[in-house]
Amino acid sequence: MIAFLIKRLMHAILVMFVISVLAFAIQDNLGDPVQQMVGQSVPESEREAIRERLGLNDPFLVQYARFAKNAVQGDFGYSYFYREPALEVIARHLPATLELVFAATLIIVLFSVPIGVYSAIKPRSPVSRFFMGASIIGISIPVFLTAILLIQVFSIGVTVSLFPESTGWGAWLNGVLSTEGNMPSFGRGYDLVHVMGHWDTNLITWDGLKHLVLPAVSLASIMLPLFIRLIRAEMMEVLQSEYVKYARAKGISMRRVYFVHALKNTMLPVITVGGVQIGTMVAYTILTETVFQWPGMGLMFLDAINRADIPLIVTYLMIVGVIFVVTNTIVDLIYGFVNPTVKLTGKPA
Amino acid sequence: MTLKKTLLASVIGAAVAATAMLPMTASAETLRIGYSADPETLDLHEQLSGGVLRFSHLAFDPLVRWTKDFQFEPRLATEWEQVDETTMRMTLREGVTFHSGNPFTAKDVVWTIERLKESPDYRAIFEPVASVEAVDDFTVEITTTEPYPLLLNLATYIFPMDSEFYTGETEDGNDKAEIVKAGNSFASRNVSGTGPFIVTDRRQGVRVDFQRFEDYWDTESEGNVSEIVLTPIAENASRVAALLSGGVDFIDAVPPNDLDRVRDAQGANLIEIPGTRIIGFQLNEERVEAFQDVRVRQAVDLAINQEGIADRLMRGFATPAGQFSPEGYSGHNPDLVPRYDLERAQALMAEAGYEEGFSVDMIAPNNRYVNDAQIAQAVANMLARININVNLRTMPLAQYWPEYDTRQSDIAMIGWHADTEDTANFFQYLSFCIDTETGAGQYNYGSYCNEEIDALVTAADGETDLEKRNEMLREAEAMLYEDVGYIMLHWQNLAYGAAEGIDIEPVVNATDFPYLGDLVISR
Repeated sequence: MIAFLIKRLMHAILVMFVISVLAFAIQDNLGDPVQQMVGQSVPESEREAIRERLGLNDPFLVQYARFAKNAVQGDFGYSYFYREPALEVIARHLPATLELVFAATLIIVLFSVPIGVYSAIKPRSPVSRFFMGASIIGISIPVFLTAILLIQVFSIGVTVSLFPESTGWGAWLNGVLSTEGNMPSFGRGYDLVHVMGHWDTNLITWDGLKHLVLPAVSLASIMLPLFIRLIRAEMMEVLQSEYVKYARAKGISMRRVYFVHALKNTMLPVITVGGVQIGTMVAYTILTETVFQWPGMGLMFLDAINRADIPLIVTYLMIVGVIFVVTNTIVDLIYGFVNPTVKLTGKPA
Repeated sequence: MTLKKTLLASVIGAAVAATAMLPMTASAETLRIGYSADPETLDLHEQLSGGVLRFSHLAFDPLVRWTKDFQFEPRLATEWEQVDETTMRMTLREGVTFHSGNPFTAKDVVWTIERLKESPDYRAIFEPVASVEAVDDFTVEITTTEPYPLLLNLATYIFPMDSEFYTGETEDGNDKAEIVKAGNSFASRNVSGTGPFIVTDRRQGVRVDFQRFEDYWDTESEGNVSEIVLTPIAENASRVAALLSGGVDFIDAVPPNDLDRVRDAQGANLIEIPGTRIIGFQLNEERVEAFQDVRVRQAVDLAINQEGIADRLMRGFATPAGQFSPEGYSGHNPDLVPRYDLERAQALMAEAGYEEGFSVDMIAPNNRYVNDAQIAQAVANMLARININVNLRTMPLAQYWPEYDTRQSDIAMIGWHADTEDTANFFQYLSFCIDTETGAGQYNYGSYCNEEIDALVTAADGETDLEKRNEMLREAEAMLYEDVGYIMLHWQNLAYGAAEGIDIEPVVNATDFPYLGDLVISR
């Protein structure tokens, strides 16, 4: 166990190192940060002075060495836009993103497991067919569009007048299909509760939750169909296996067969995929946060790219790399917990 | 660091206050703004940008400001007179206090102008100002090195800062007055101005909160906004959605595709005004020999259908241009209009010996101006009709300017807004013969050079008789029109969206800095 964690720690350091080198290597292609810092009419001599002060004129190796020397001591440089240490900026934006990912994950778990299991047990029922069809559509719609649709329907509101308003059923149908739309469409709201440090939470107040719903649903919309299908496929496979047949033959109640014996083995691959996907979800927050103006890391990163805020970009990429390593490590730990035959050190069991 | 703690504490305070306010968002005094950008910094002199200037008009007052029809309106300066050719005497408003409680006097104006001359962003603009002197507590004299007709234009950028507040040392020993680019300076985080609003809380990139300044001097203003919450929403679709869903009351930069949507929406209004930013192209004469021939340049100009682009691509969201300066600027020449004529363009190409045409590269940004990439594509297609085959590359802003600076392409797109709101500025940056010593022609991508025009504009800039000066600038515009030193497309309009009852129309003007202190909300 200890050896495993140490190994992973080395991984994390290696990942950070590789990412930082790559990020530094491409920084010239990210654009000129000084351009973003001055008015258009500012003469070249002034720009040159700023570039010199920021050390942007030094050769690659000098710049990288300076960065690496400070980074080892925990100083990742100063964000040009926020005028604060990059790490501090990220720490301030991280809780918003984590809450969003947490809420989305919760939605995914709560919906994908029952739906997936149900459609595996009753593959031919109309309900299963509906979910399978819907999940195809869900996978195909880009998250950006989902988000805009959600805003249109639930924030702005839709008035349907497709059916004759004069008839009772027409008015009723119009009423059912129209939406009021008063869900908040942007930001985290003003009703945040301070927890600790940089962490203000949306999860406790009603207003906070209302702000969280639409972004969380649109973020979940990418992964939810995937998980429904994954759980269904795994479950169906497990249900075909010998031990399930044997359990049935033995006369164990179907409930117990499904939820105790079959589901446990279904979850193994789901956890592996899930761990990787949660990492991916952090990346998808870039889109969701942009549409909903959610003040998290994704939005911050996109702004940083637009402004060529290089210290912030490099630090973000390194932190995301670490998040990937950490989630993978946790997945492996859980994996070992769920299936004790798996040895963490990777030696054959 | 204590500042940050106070900020945090006030966030919680503000959050609590906001909760109490939220159920009655219809209350007449709170204005929730969704701007495409928030101020980069609170230090007015750290960065010359739209965001900071908009902020300047909230927390500070300029000496004079522009009216809708480009006249000067007295603010902190009440009167001004030219004492001699190079000296202007300004009388300042009495009884004005800063947010800190310090009284506003002439020494603050002197201090501010001297600081402007230290600022990397403003230094060049304030070059003509030689010195400034406080005659008494409410009179200053500004002296220019040479006769300079645009001193009042500059005065719209002079937002007197509280010199006492910004003098001294911070706890960690830094000068409170220092201007630090992209650094953590005192002035970039602390504010004391004379303006209608006080900054109560700020989280960069998330929101800025303002409260009306109780001791604001302009008691005649009918403005009744008591609180402002400014949220930056960069994504166009989200900003519009925020307005339509009632999440904010006022947004800027409504994208052309959503103009009708906002116009037709219940509970929201669209306010559109002609802007002053010219959008156009520059032909690189260094790289393409053909562009040195005035007939080819004319052909390019004639082949482009400015009206068509403004009508169809911009959906009426632009005013087709035949010159740099928009209507209302001194120097605007009403005779110069777009002159789309494909046949003549083809004839000119033939006459110049380029009937067969040639191939060129073109670069354009794709997130800087409204519909920039699409406009470039349309122009490329139009040029194909006179056999100029364009290989277009578009890129995001952050990559565009470094690429632009290398001047390694044949045609480049650029938009320009004159910081001085004056015609000469366009020439000095876009069409003057390049001179790295003086900085003339800094954005003259094509190395176009016409010394006659330059001489005329330079002479105009020393002419204090404004009528004479206008005549000279009109002449310069006409000469540039004939010689095609810049391919004009249009002036990009400005569009705001406001909720019902937010009477935004009277407080916006072509400079794009709404005077929200005077905004009246009636719901």
